[in-house]
Amino acid sequence: MSARPLYLGLDLGSAWSKAVLLGPDGQVLARAARRTGMRFEDAAGALRDDVLDRAGATAADLASVVSTGYGRRNVPFADARRTEISCHARGAHHHFPRELDLVDIGGQDNKIVHVRRDGAVANFLMNRKCAAGTGAFVEEIAHRLDVPLEELEPLAEAATREITLSSFCTVFSATEVIKLIREGESPGNLCRGIFNSVIARVVEMGPLGGFIVMSGGVVAAFPVVARILAEKTGAEVAVAPHPQHLGAFGAALVAREGG
Amino acid sequence: MPEFKPFRAQKRMKALMAGHFHGVDAASRDPQRRVAWCTSVGPAELLRSLGFEVYFPENHGAMLGATRKAQEYIPKANAAGYSPDICSYLTSDVGAYLAGETPLQQAYGLEGVPRPDVLVYNTNQCRDVKDWFAFYSREFGVPLVGVNSPVNVGEVTAEHVAGAVAQYRALLPALEAAAGQRFDIDRFREVLALSADTSRLWKACLWKARHRPTPLTFFDACILMGPAVVLRGTPDAVAFYEETLAELDERIAAGVAAVEGERLRIYWEGMPVWGKLRDLAGFLGELHAAAVVSTYCNSWVFDAFDQGGDPFEAMARAYLDLFIARSDDAKEEIMAGLLADFAVDGIVYHDAKTCPNNSNTRYGLPQRLKERTGVPYVIVYGDLNDLRCFSEEQAKTSIEAFIEQVPAGGAA
Repeated sequence: MSARPLYLGLDLGSAWSKAVLLGPDGQVLARAARRTGMRFEDAAGALRDDVLDRAGATAADLASVVSTGYGRRNVPFADARRTEISCHARGAHHHFPRELDLVDIGGQDNKIVHVRRDGAVANFLMNRKCAAGTGAFVEEIAHRLDVPLEELEPLAEAATREITLSSFCTVFSATEVIKLIREGESPGNLCRGIFNSVIARVVEMGPLGGFIVMSGGVVAAFPVVARILAEKTGAEVAVAPHPQHLGAFGAALVAREGG
Repeated sequence: MPEFKPFRAQKRMKALMAGHFHGVDAASRDPQRRVAWCTSVGPAELLRSLGFEVYFPENHGAMLGATRKAQEYIPKANAAGYSPDICSYLTSDVGAYLAGETPLQQAYGLEGVPRPDVLVYNTNQCRDVKDWFAFYSREFGVPLVGVNSPVNVGEVTAEHVAGAVAQYRALLPALEAAAGQRFDIDRFREVLALSADTSRLWKACLWKARHRPTPLTFFDACILMGPAVVLRGTPDAVAFYEETLAELDERIAAGVAAVEGERLRIYWEGMPVWGKLRDLAGFLGELHAAAVVSTYCNSWVFDAFDQGGDPFEAMARAYLDLFIARSDDAKEEIMAGLLADFAVDGIVYHDAKTCPNNSNTRYGLPQRLKERTGVPYVIVYGDLNDLRCFSEEQAKTSIEAFIEQVPAGGAA
């Protein structure tokens, strides 16, 4: 083992892949993210090299690597793999060592993970097959509206009326948007409607408790969804630090704890 | 990928199934003999007693799923007006018929599915079977008869049984006409006795999974159940399960585990995903999780065959007792018993998109059963035959995450 043992967590998601590198004492040395692209193996290798570069380390310094996410089986240099449910729970418990419901909104799926006070997962729920309410949904509708992603939230903040897209299906939601455009709905209201729909799809998945932690790329890019979730549930809602990297962070913690 | 341990019985079964299909095929070509198509939990005993060779379209549906040919055929049935939301056995089977193809051609050298002289259904599973058979009644111009069973039944009462008996007796004139022979109650008793033996032996085989480590899994049982479905009521089925039972005892004595390093014991609730059967068996095996019990494979265990007395009453009760036809309260009771009997650590519910009657996830049963027993569960969304409804990665992530959380040897 290297004199400077480092621990790498890799979260190979459907849209984005993320990496977190921990030092010997558990401190975060580097984070990185990139589009997953066509090959999980390539994304994993590039992320590993990226975080090692940033930390001024080499692959020989890696004491343990844990992979998670859809591509977790496609990381040839991983020492162990865990599902994203376990890794997100581990990351959330590190930041918030109390009973909580983790709401992770990713590129292709949504998760609710009920984490006990001791960090154990009590149960979890995932969205069904459709991507309605996920990051892919937000991207699709923004594309239909011809609004750049970075303009969605400022427009939503200017909304004057609450609307929610009701369909479970992303394609049919886009059809609903066309109908609303035809009826003269303002761009701000439509953008707010996208975020309302994201949260509506989450809330109908299952019961949420008194303390909610949010993670994933959607809340990282659009913090407004945390406010909407708090309004809809009446719960205390916190956003995990570096929410897009929570799964990778959890994987790195698992690596440090012996995989 | 973990090592698969095929049973000797599978070789024997292959020959039995070939004999079955060739027998039905030969009967369909012989003007002196008659073929009845029957639903899988329909009155096969009555039909055999009348000399029919019996063919089961649901078995054909499962073959279409397992060979993944269903994917080619379902869209043809959809285009003919059979919705993608209804039973995918039905749509696979009707689609294959419309295409003029069947896996029986490649597997057994048959020209096509054996033509029926009569179609006999029991709606104890669902209404879809009746609509399915109605399609073929129109196609072949042969009579469609059957029994409309009560569903969502709590306790099966004498009134339920009497109603079903009256319906079975009312079938006799049509069946006698199609069979070209008179009904003989002594012959019916003999066939029913053979079904009772088959059922008792099949149950004994399934119950061997109580042993730790289990010598067979749900996935093995999905294959081995073939004769319990298509040959019950024959001496061949009895002999087959006697041999299978002996082989399971041998495995137990030799310490052969179906899943190496069995860590968790899983209850598989709902239909198999036929096109992914082997894949899911390997996946669970890799996670050292053994699917030791299922409601699906237990659906061909009919304790009531053994009750004695009027054979019509025994058959009626057996086909009313069926899990799928019971109320959620009754199902909960049955499942709670099986969880304890098989020392189950966790339940995987398969919510099959096109089989609502065999998806016990939609009215709060998983939540109530967990509350009652403490046994944790996960729900995966898929289908028996229509792989368009199965998101493999998501299902596997759910199962793997569940297995990461479930402690062995006790509820979470």
